[in-house]
Amino acid sequence: MKKILVSLALMSSAAAHSAQLDVQITNLTRGSWFTPFIVAAHVPDMNVFSSGSPASASLQAMAEGGDISGLSADLTAINATLSENPAGGLLMPGASTTASLNTDGAPDNTVLSIVAMLLPSNDGFMGLNAISIPTEAGSYSYNVSAYDAGTEANDEILGSGAPGEPGYPAPPPIAAASGEGGTGVSAAAEGFVHIHRNVLGDSDLVGGSSDIDSTVHRWLNPVVRVVVTVSE
Amino acid sequence: MSKLLSNKLAAASIIFAASVLSACSDNNNNSNAQARDPVTPVAPPEPVTLEYEVSVSNLTAGQPVSPVAVFVHDSTQDKVFNIGSAASPALEILAEGGDNSMLLTDYESIAKASGDSPIGPGSSATLTLQVPVEVSAGLAFTLVTMLVNTNDAFSAVNGVDIASIEPGQSISWSTPSYDSGTEANLELAGTIPGPADGGEGFNAVRDDVNDQVTMHGGVVTSADGLATSVLGEQHRWDNPVLRVTINRVR
Repeated sequence: MKKILVSLALMSSAAAHSAQLDVQITNLTRGSWFTPFIVAAHVPDMNVFSSGSPASASLQAMAEGGDISGLSADLTAINATLSENPAGGLLMPGASTTASLNTDGAPDNTVLSIVAMLLPSNDGFMGLNAISIPTEAGSYSYNVSAYDAGTEANDEILGSGAPGEPGYPAPPPIAAASGEGGTGVSAAAEGFVHIHRNVLGDSDLVGGSSDIDSTVHRWLNPVVRVVVTVSE
Repeated sequence: MSKLLSNKLAAASIIFAASVLSACSDNNNNSNAQARDPVTPVAPPEPVTLEYEVSVSNLTAGQPVSPVAVFVHDSTQDKVFNIGSAASPALEILAEGGDNSMLLTDYESIAKASGDSPIGPGSSATLTLQVPVEVSAGLAFTLVTMLVNTNDAFSAVNGVDIASIEPGQSISWSTPSYDSGTEANLELAGTIPGPADGGEGFNAVRDDVNDQVTMHGGVVTSADGLATSVLGEQHRWDNPVLRVTINRVR
């Protein structure tokens, strides 16, 4: 928090810029869902996550169980402009949703971040990380990669979405697409956020090591496309 | 800009010449015709044509790609595909069997071409497109090709605006792999048309998890736990799979 306050004080007022944004989010994957998105315009010197650094508790709760309440509180505390859960639940493969943000009341919120958990995975998430919001009217496209929060072992079996508990949560569509009875992939939490190395999965729906289907749930980046439309 | 201007001037002078000629023709039976100023005969105008050179490099280790289908078309028309929507039959036939003929027939364009052979891993091909329009305003570019050692993977440049490319300029794209969503990715012997299998190409049955185009998740292969896969580790890839450059020659 101290760092954030210092950076606010140093920020040039020339960088401030208010905007009306429509943020279209498309799930590009073949067989992965996203839990509720949190879409935030915020000050530039704050990051929801940083590659190579440990995840915050709030990021962990989002990445392991799709719970964005902690991130919402953190971002609200720095006067971020938020849209929460624009899809109204899970965003299925191939589907799109749009969030609207208006930073007229908060012109220092000049960067955009979006995160949501990727299912099925233990602690995978999509992350658009503090991109500069364009100041000229127009539409801008961003390809977004999948990250691993590094907080949970990727055992790839049905389990819990609570932080620190093993396994991945399985709301109905994910349960229907998953196998069961896997013995668990041998893995350990990595300890830092990094680009996800993908799930392994297997082809055994009633056993094997993983409850994830290798021919359906693997992905190659990008996993999400974000189109930001800036209005005058 | 000077090119545009000279094109416009040429067009204007053609129209002017045509109206003079037609006035002359109306007066063929007029005895005073001979008294008029002689009209310089005007040769039929050269058709105004833009020319683009398209080069495609296959960046994969073990995925030949089928003969490419390339189009220059109106930027406002429907794209060949949309993420989250079902593939057209023409796209299904291309993505499952590498056959671009139906797409080349069906997809509306101003100019189109087919590659004359597959492009192997590490290899490149170049095609030329003559586009019979005066200016590039409103033009878009599309290229589609199958990764042939797969069930239904393809790569594409999907209706990207090329209006701003001036003669001598080019744009390049690194293209990802897509899944047409029309065939399950079981990688079974007999289901993959490329040299890894020599199996079936197009089959009208749509049995993928969702009947919609998405990004591709890659192949699993027998080397990575899918014992029934006819594919080996060398058939895996990561994005991007192609490097595509379009260069405006004139």
